[in-house]
Amino acid sequence: MALKTEPFVVNIGPQHPSTHGVFRLRLTLDGEQIIDADMVMGYLHRSMEKLAEERTYTQNIPFTDRTDYIAAMTGNLAYVMAVEKLCNVDVPERALWLRTMMAELQRFASHCIAIGIFANDCGAWQTPVMHMFRDREKILDLFEMACGARLTLNYMRIGGVSRDIPEEFIPAVRKLLKDLPSRVDEYEQLMLGNEIIVARSRGIGVLTPEQAMAHSVSGPMLRASGVAWDIRKADPYAAYDKVDFDIAVGTNGDVYDRFVVRIAELRQSLKIIEQCVEMMPEGPVHARLTPATVQPIGQPVAPLALRPPVGEAYARIESPRGELGFYLVSDGSPAPFRFHIRSPSYINLTPMKLMSVGATVADAIVILGSVDIVVGEVDR
Amino acid sequence: MTKVVTGLDIAHRIEQKFPGAIVEAIPEGATLKAETLLDACTFIRDEPDLRFEFLSSLTGVDCLDSFEVVYHIESIRLNLITCLRVKTYDRESPRVPSVCSVWPGANLQEREAYDLLGIHFEGHPDLRRIFLWDGFAGFPLRKDYLNMPGGLMAGLERFPGEPGGKLQGRG
Repeated sequence: MALKTEPFVVNIGPQHPSTHGVFRLRLTLDGEQIIDADMVMGYLHRSMEKLAEERTYTQNIPFTDRTDYIAAMTGNLAYVMAVEKLCNVDVPERALWLRTMMAELQRFASHCIAIGIFANDCGAWQTPVMHMFRDREKILDLFEMACGARLTLNYMRIGGVSRDIPEEFIPAVRKLLKDLPSRVDEYEQLMLGNEIIVARSRGIGVLTPEQAMAHSVSGPMLRASGVAWDIRKADPYAAYDKVDFDIAVGTNGDVYDRFVVRIAELRQSLKIIEQCVEMMPEGPVHARLTPATVQPIGQPVAPLALRPPVGEAYARIESPRGELGFYLVSDGSPAPFRFHIRSPSYINLTPMKLMSVGATVADAIVILGSVDIVVGEVDR
Repeated sequence: MTKVVTGLDIAHRIEQKFPGAIVEAIPEGATLKAETLLDACTFIRDEPDLRFEFLSSLTGVDCLDSFEVVYHIESIRLNLITCLRVKTYDRESPRVPSVCSVWPGANLQEREAYDLLGIHFEGHPDLRRIFLWDGFAGFPLRKDYLNMPGGLMAGLERFPGEPGGKLQGRG
């Protein structure tokens, strides 16, 4: 006799540890199997794009800290690069190297969170996270040394960085570079060799290279599917064209491979930071913004507010989560006419339904963990 | 380095295949006619020497007299980037064809543009509000939407709601 069943709806979130913030996953289930997945977001929507249209270009830098608050440096960097593109500013060499070093330190810290929280999602409650936080703390200490803040850094400036690093910074980085490689090995054993994590993540949430590209997935997720696409290599910005590193690529495109890629990227980040320490040139850290660089000669200028010439710019970088882009339109006024953030966390969620239909509820948690969303960046 | 395919170049290619499809071409991007948008997008996605398979960013811009949808498209295989746009002058109910069938990655981005700017993407599989709730009045990213409460305009002398004449924002 056939058993009469009906679909059952489960809300995961908005307040749930596996959603990494206020985000709701609405799953329709047939028994334990997912037949539909819908995402409900906007709980952290602060309308940053509208806010930014009413503030000056410099005032908008702190907003970019608060979109992706796990990786504020890369948010800063993408935005200032877009403004520099708009105004044709040449950034001094030392500032470019500082930006590269800071972005890589940030990538290390951000991947630490991604990997640690993933262990959380797999059921290893809090202990692995604390291991990762131990190393992330040291990087935050470095940020505090460089710019006085730990999380919302506001370090990059249009034309450079806010200030040069203090004397004790480079020795501290060198000391960290001695400690961290063994820690990465430790993570690798702890995570990738763990039987439970392998059982939970192998073959789950698979995206083929074609699916990943078609769904605009970027960052470690795209590379895990076997597409060697890294904007640091493909379109080098800052000083990435002068450093040597490899693109970490996966093969299967499943949840497990995404973490293989992230752990491999930890090693590559350390390699880049080491080269930055060795090759950092001396010199100024901020370009001099004259009215002529930001305004066509012959037009009236307001000296205190940056007024980029009429036009538009799209700048993108490889943030820890993927391709982070800023699209700015200037009408010649001190505030951007349009300020759009192409946020990787948000767009990487596009294939969420594709990945989770047919899987179980427990898999959906792991799949969401592997996207590594930051809700501040999803909702903006 | 990523090679930028300028609006002029991409317009030339599209114009050869679909005469009359281009409205305007400037180096920053080519403006297409809405009717031929899907054909042109499919063409640049499948053409062997373009292969624009990765929709990087899709966003709407309120140009005061019109709405513009801006597409930044990348070719991962050939390391290219280009920019296309579509304009609509209907401010009451702006309509633009959805490119979800060409690039599924447009799905959430079109929902965002619909939610915040009120641009209807025809043919979108699931066009609903995404950040704001159903029934939210208006579309906040439009320029004629009321200013944010709390005195957010730069250069204001005082907060809105305080006594005094009409507020003058920055020029």
